[in-house]
Amino acid sequence: MGTLRRLTRRSVLIGSLAVGGGVAFGSWAVSRPAENPLEEFAGADGAAFNPWVLVTPDEIRLITPHADFGQGAAQMQAMLIAEEMDLEPGQFSIDFGQPAKAYWNTALAEEGVPFMSTDESLPAEAMRALMGAAAKLMGLQITGGSTAVPDSFDKLRRAGAVARETLKRAAAARHGVHPDDLRTGAGAVILPDGARVPYTALAADAAKITPVTDVPLRPPAQWRLIGKPQPRLDMVAKCTGTQRYGIDVSLPGMIHAAVRMNPRKGGALKGFDPAPALAMPGVSDVIELPGGIAALATDTWTAMRAAEAVICEWGAAPYPPEQAGHWEVLAGSFTEDRLDRVWRDEGEVEAALADGAVISAEYRSPYVAHAPLEPLNATVLVTEEAVEVWTGHQIPRMLQRHVAAITGHGPEQVILHNQFIGGSFGHRLEFEFVRQAAMIAARKPGTPIKLTYSREEDFAQDFPRHIAMGRGRGVVREGRVEALDLAIAAPSVTASQMGRAGLAVPGPDAQIVAGAWNNPYDIPNFRVRGYRAPELAPVSSWRSVGAAGAGFFFDCFLDELIHAAGADPMAERIRLMRPGPARKVLEAVAQLSNWGESLSPGVGRGVAFVESFGVPVAEVVEVKDTPDGIRISRVWVAADVGRVVDPGNIENLIQGGVVFGLGHAMNAEITYSDGMAEQRNYHDHEAMRLNQCPEIFVRVLEGQGRVRGIGEPPVPPAAPALANAIFAATGKRIRELPLGRHVTFV
Amino acid sequence: MKVRFSVNGAVREVETAPDMPLLWILRDHLGLTGTKYGCGVAACGACTVHLDGAAVRSCQVTADALEGAEVVTIEGLGTPEAPHPVQAAWIAAQVAQCGYCQSGQIMQAAALLAENPAPSDAEIDAALAGNLCRCGTYPRIRAAVRRAAQAMREG
Repeated sequence: MGTLRRLTRRSVLIGSLAVGGGVAFGSWAVSRPAENPLEEFAGADGAAFNPWVLVTPDEIRLITPHADFGQGAAQMQAMLIAEEMDLEPGQFSIDFGQPAKAYWNTALAEEGVPFMSTDESLPAEAMRALMGAAAKLMGLQITGGSTAVPDSFDKLRRAGAVARETLKRAAAARHGVHPDDLRTGAGAVILPDGARVPYTALAADAAKITPVTDVPLRPPAQWRLIGKPQPRLDMVAKCTGTQRYGIDVSLPGMIHAAVRMNPRKGGALKGFDPAPALAMPGVSDVIELPGGIAALATDTWTAMRAAEAVICEWGAAPYPPEQAGHWEVLAGSFTEDRLDRVWRDEGEVEAALADGAVISAEYRSPYVAHAPLEPLNATVLVTEEAVEVWTGHQIPRMLQRHVAAITGHGPEQVILHNQFIGGSFGHRLEFEFVRQAAMIAARKPGTPIKLTYSREEDFAQDFPRHIAMGRGRGVVREGRVEALDLAIAAPSVTASQMGRAGLAVPGPDAQIVAGAWNNPYDIPNFRVRGYRAPELAPVSSWRSVGAAGAGFFFDCFLDELIHAAGADPMAERIRLMRPGPARKVLEAVAQLSNWGESLSPGVGRGVAFVESFGVPVAEVVEVKDTPDGIRISRVWVAADVGRVVDPGNIENLIQGGVVFGLGHAMNAEITYSDGMAEQRNYHDHEAMRLNQCPEIFVRVLEGQGRVRGIGEPPVPPAAPALANAIFAATGKRIRELPLGRHVTFV
Repeated sequence: MKVRFSVNGAVREVETAPDMPLLWILRDHLGLTGTKYGCGVAACGACTVHLDGAAVRSCQVTADALEGAEVVTIEGLGTPEAPHPVQAAWIAAQVAQCGYCQSGQIMQAAALLAENPAPSDAEIDAALAGNLCRCGTYPRIRAAVRRAAQAMREG
């Protein structure tokens, strides 16, 4: 056992991929093109140039396989294709497509490697390539980890370029001219005499040509769309109530369902009495599910009330019933036995700590709910031939397998109509709600079943952000930070999440320490260790995952050391930071915020820097200590994403990420009592309201070499910047989230 | 019970339980899905509609209070072809991310501007504090309300 355990620890954890030493893939399997899922939709006269572009005599359809939960992924993907294909908005429709291996995500796997994002050494690059190959073989289609842009940036531009050049070949053959004499624009090939041949008119001819492959991408100077703010394709619909989400799906003969599962998550249903529900007008059935019940009715409201009316006897929770018990487990996890990995060890940490007055502190980060505004929902129709699913989901091919295992169909018989999603923050990476809808629908073949969660059920059954505890020790000397030693204990969110998906994950979990170990500081004596606590309440990825807690610990503790040294929080961070994009981000936010200017009495500013998902982000938060409480007045943000696809959208996402990070840091946590989440609706898990929102100023840099995504990285620095600002304004150092446990926000 | 009331200018008659909330009458009986369910307890504002001219949470208005009422939903405020000035301002400011809260935000803002054509920043904050946006589009919501107010004043 001992040997196996060590081997396992040495292997590397990559999200759902676990790859130990000695795994090799045949080069043929990796280089072979994945099957094009559009071919079956092309018809006799349509050209499916690649998995993303379908042109028929009637229409141009672009497939945008990354799910859209508000971040604008559909828009971004369409614009990358349209850039090279010379399409204008209005000339094409977009479609999330069917789940397919061809839509494997390279970028997520590459990001999971245990190397710093700035590490371009041979081992780091080799590991990234290996991970990319594994993701391709598995056909891992997933939206997550802020990878939609990095995964799409070259791939979808190339898809557009291939379509364009193949259409030019078709036009050249038909009109007897050389392809080099043709141009394209606004959805048409332009002949030498200026005549325009619409792409749709060339579809049948183009379908007979093998798509060209060797197409160079246009240089940035020629871009029409990338780098310029574009009106979002979904904006008019979302401002007029005409955008359809999964919760708006309506099918003929549809029955509404609501579930009520054991609020002690994972606990058993010991018994139930459906009579009170069945006595309600409009209620047609109550069905037992593993660990809960479902009520079926004529409408959503009746189904929800019926589920609530069923008398249920619940079993115990498979985790400590009281919140204090969860913290006790973490407090007892800083042991050699539970050491998951030493992620960073530079200088002589033990010697430095032995040699000076040690400053130490303990930090906590709570469970936090996802609670996107659209509650979980899925509509499922089971027939003999197929299963149709209408829902919004981030891992479509895994969803197919989950549903197929329930209904007894093959995965390829599960047709997913992926929907626009009313927010996710990690919620739509989970499968329970889809599995429940499939179980109900399997009992009612031929009848569409629409399952809608009540908000209370959505809170009660959420797999929240994991809890974590950080213990820091440090030494300062002559006005400088000399040593920083941070130990973080947390359950493995990756193991919890992947365990529910049926996947085992050996190896250390980078999410325990993400946002702490990987910050590119050169602190002379610097160590970060992750300790793996046993599984507690089930947890899941929450926007920015581990970096939300670990980033808070790391940056606040660094801030403590800087203050103890008597140094300036901005200047000392810049001094300690390696030259490069991260340091430039700090310098940019210092300039943007005019750091160092004199402030009014009661006003304080805090700065924080956290790198996550390869994006260095620095934020300055300004607060005012008023008689009624803390008011967050202004925030300045600088981030480096390598390349901005849409400056308008990125500003919106960064501001939203700051609001998300600040709001939950202010007042949001999930706590357990009697095995149940104590927070049941938004009034007790509120986050930020509009009247509390500060002014947020954003600067985006394009200095780093890789193209990065921005969905998650603005979140982690917000909490520490706020805590640091409160310290600056009040002298109160708060070491746990939410900060509202210690101060009032107005 | 049978209840007759007007929705977006058309008289509708619905057979429903007396305690069914207007939200679900709109969504499940009348197919007007632009009005969103978020919390069911008036904590998020996603279901905001106009009832006799005032912004209300439709999850808190039951069928037995609707007889003869005039209800306007996001679909009745304006259309993609002819948006209300508030909707036009929202589109111009590119407010939405996931968009799920925006029907409620827009209905709340339209009611504010109908009553107060030149709200101060504090009045905007107070009027919209009950409308939750989980994506955090608040900076653009504020900008859009100011933009709409100006456009409506300039008519």
